[in-house]
Amino acid sequence: MKVHIRNGRVIDPASGLDQTRDIFVAAGHVVGLGQGPDGFHPNQVIDATGLVVCPGLVDLAVRLREPGGEHMATLESEMHAAAAGGITSLACPPDTDPPLDEPGLIEMLKFRAKHMPGPRVYPVGALTWKLQGERLTELAELNEAGCIAFSQADARLENTEVLLRALEYARTFDLPVWLHPQDAFIGRNGVAHDGVVAARLGLPAIPVPAETVALSTILLLVRETGARVHLARLSSRAGMEMVRRAKHDGLPVTCDVGIHHVHLSEMDTADFNANCHLVPPLRSLRDRDALRQGLLDGTIDAICSDHAPVDEDAKQLPFQESEPGATGVELLLPLTLKWAREAGLPMVEALGLITHRPAEILGIPAGYLRLGGPADLCLFDPEAAWTVTPASLASLGKNSPYLGLELQGRVRYTLIDGHLDFKR
Amino acid sequence: MMSLRMTPNPQLTEDGRLRHLLTLDGLPARILHQILDTAESFINADTGEVKKVPLLRGVAIFNIFFENSTRTRTTFEIAAKRLSADVVNLNIGTSSQSKGETLLDTVDNLAAMQANMFVVRHSAAGAAHLIARHVAPHIRVVNAGDGRAAHPTQGLLDMYTLRHFKGPIHNLRVAIVGDVLHSRVARSQIHALTTLGCPEVRVVAPRTLLPRDMQSMGVHVYERLEEGIRGVDAVLMLRLQNERMQGARLPSAGEYYKRWGLTPEKLKYARPDAIVLHPGPMNRGVEIDSEVADGKQAVILPQVTYGIAVRMAVMSLLAGGQT
Repeated sequence: MKVHIRNGRVIDPASGLDQTRDIFVAAGHVVGLGQGPDGFHPNQVIDATGLVVCPGLVDLAVRLREPGGEHMATLESEMHAAAAGGITSLACPPDTDPPLDEPGLIEMLKFRAKHMPGPRVYPVGALTWKLQGERLTELAELNEAGCIAFSQADARLENTEVLLRALEYARTFDLPVWLHPQDAFIGRNGVAHDGVVAARLGLPAIPVPAETVALSTILLLVRETGARVHLARLSSRAGMEMVRRAKHDGLPVTCDVGIHHVHLSEMDTADFNANCHLVPPLRSLRDRDALRQGLLDGTIDAICSDHAPVDEDAKQLPFQESEPGATGVELLLPLTLKWAREAGLPMVEALGLITHRPAEILGIPAGYLRLGGPADLCLFDPEAAWTVTPASLASLGKNSPYLGLELQGRVRYTLIDGHLDFKR
Repeated sequence: MMSLRMTPNPQLTEDGRLRHLLTLDGLPARILHQILDTAESFINADTGEVKKVPLLRGVAIFNIFFENSTRTRTTFEIAAKRLSADVVNLNIGTSSQSKGETLLDTVDNLAAMQANMFVVRHSAAGAAHLIARHVAPHIRVVNAGDGRAAHPTQGLLDMYTLRHFKGPIHNLRVAIVGDVLHSRVARSQIHALTTLGCPEVRVVAPRTLLPRDMQSMGVHVYERLEEGIRGVDAVLMLRLQNERMQGARLPSAGEYYKRWGLTPEKLKYARPDAIVLHPGPMNRGVEIDSEVADGKQAVILPQVTYGIAVRMAVMSLLAGGQT
């Protein structure tokens, strides 16, 4: 398959390129930038006038819901939705049913994903057996089967001895461990930030120390073991400042934030909107602003969708009984663009947070656009306005805080490994 | 930078009348006054008894209690009967939900039985809002308590009681004492008091029984009972749930009683003519001493009577087509 992409605004955040160029794709690679190779005869020409052509997005947290969550969404539906969101590589957390704790499950998932259109799938293996926080999984075996990192997803790890040994063991193989900092006890039954809205609505609360106490433990153990740790889903100002200091001290840590936490706050839960029931909880406006600042100053390395499709029945419940999570793969790009506009950040810099920087965390050769590189490309219309409705989302998860609202920026084409996997 | 669009106040009709009673949070003062004034009209000025009026003849009111409460359900039932409505009581906690039926399925089924109004109690905050958003436009919803969020008719009957014994709320200093964190009653009281212009609303509790950011609700926070009730016109006591008496938030009922239990000696810190309210059921010897509970400053039994009148007022305003 040879493709000629004409006249697009080509942006490569990794190199800072932002110019109108033609791109030539063959055999899964970019074979020409500006100028095509001699005698290039495309099977397809895409007119990208008015479109941005950038590396396909790299998403650090996409729940595909298989195995075990097929009532919420299917591998096929969410792979398609991710491609519709311009995503060409994704990491899926191990919180499936059963959790991704055996090589067989990883091989099956990789095999199935490989044989359907959509992004490259990088499973994150369970750090402990059944995510129960007691017995380590076979990290080396799982790594061989295709796990690029290990995590507890949103399951709590109560036993700090296990955490210490897990980091030591992971360090033995230099395997990265991804941890969502949340204390095993503080705020365990909570559903909302311990702030003005929870006080008013009487929602069981999750105080900021749920994050900072866990962070402090993790950072001390990183110092002790030298393990590579990625901190997933920061939510608070205090937590972010701890990460800033840790990075300043040279600890091998990276961190990300979910896209909804870049925009929303506890105030958005004030009408019991179950679509704003997220993990970690949406915190105060001050926390939200601190996360935005952390993105600007480089403390936060990546933005992810934290995609969690949830079926209607699990959201049509009182806030505290509803299933947490929001659909996200199709909102990652428009919401990142929205933040960049609001923050006055050039598009080329903003796109780095959803392309080459998460790719570096994943340790995969993706997220850049250069001659000879993989033809994983996202072509989007930065001006196109669209309204978020159940029908406008390809994901089976229609659970979005943005339902009914208009966003700007719509993906038109997604190429993965040189194939046109999505077209709108 | 925008935040998400808020849905319009689901409690009011487009022309600003009461459609549902879900919370006192955000309810305008004129509506609170309207309810209190209507309640007053249901009480015989000479005898102090609640009248029986044929206002809601043919109206079907379903009391659906997902969480058991004999007392509140009974007062709603009496109120509905005094209005001549048809009342159906359902304790869902023990039936459909345990069979796996969802909350909204249950509601749909009951709506199909020609219900005009649902009186709902549920253990989760926001349950009444969810139901109100879901039902057909002609159905009215009254929140009889949802989680820790709201208990609006209790808040209203407390305002009625305060107004009856002490005059206009905007002249009063009031202290709410006890487990504010877990109390839907406290939240409804605070919203009503601040909306009605109460110049000083205090909450008194140990730190473990107060939400963070309590001040954002417009109240003054006190940890010590003596200081908290000093000079107030009314003390609103809260019930301490049995399961909270020992654990991470409180060491024992005994220590709580010593520090925050309302005894005759402690009550002396309030104004000599201060009144004492309690939503019931009381834990004598835990949050309140019997001598205070049965004393002449206590207005706990009148609260119960006014509760019937206030619930009649709410139901008649909702169903009777805005008198």
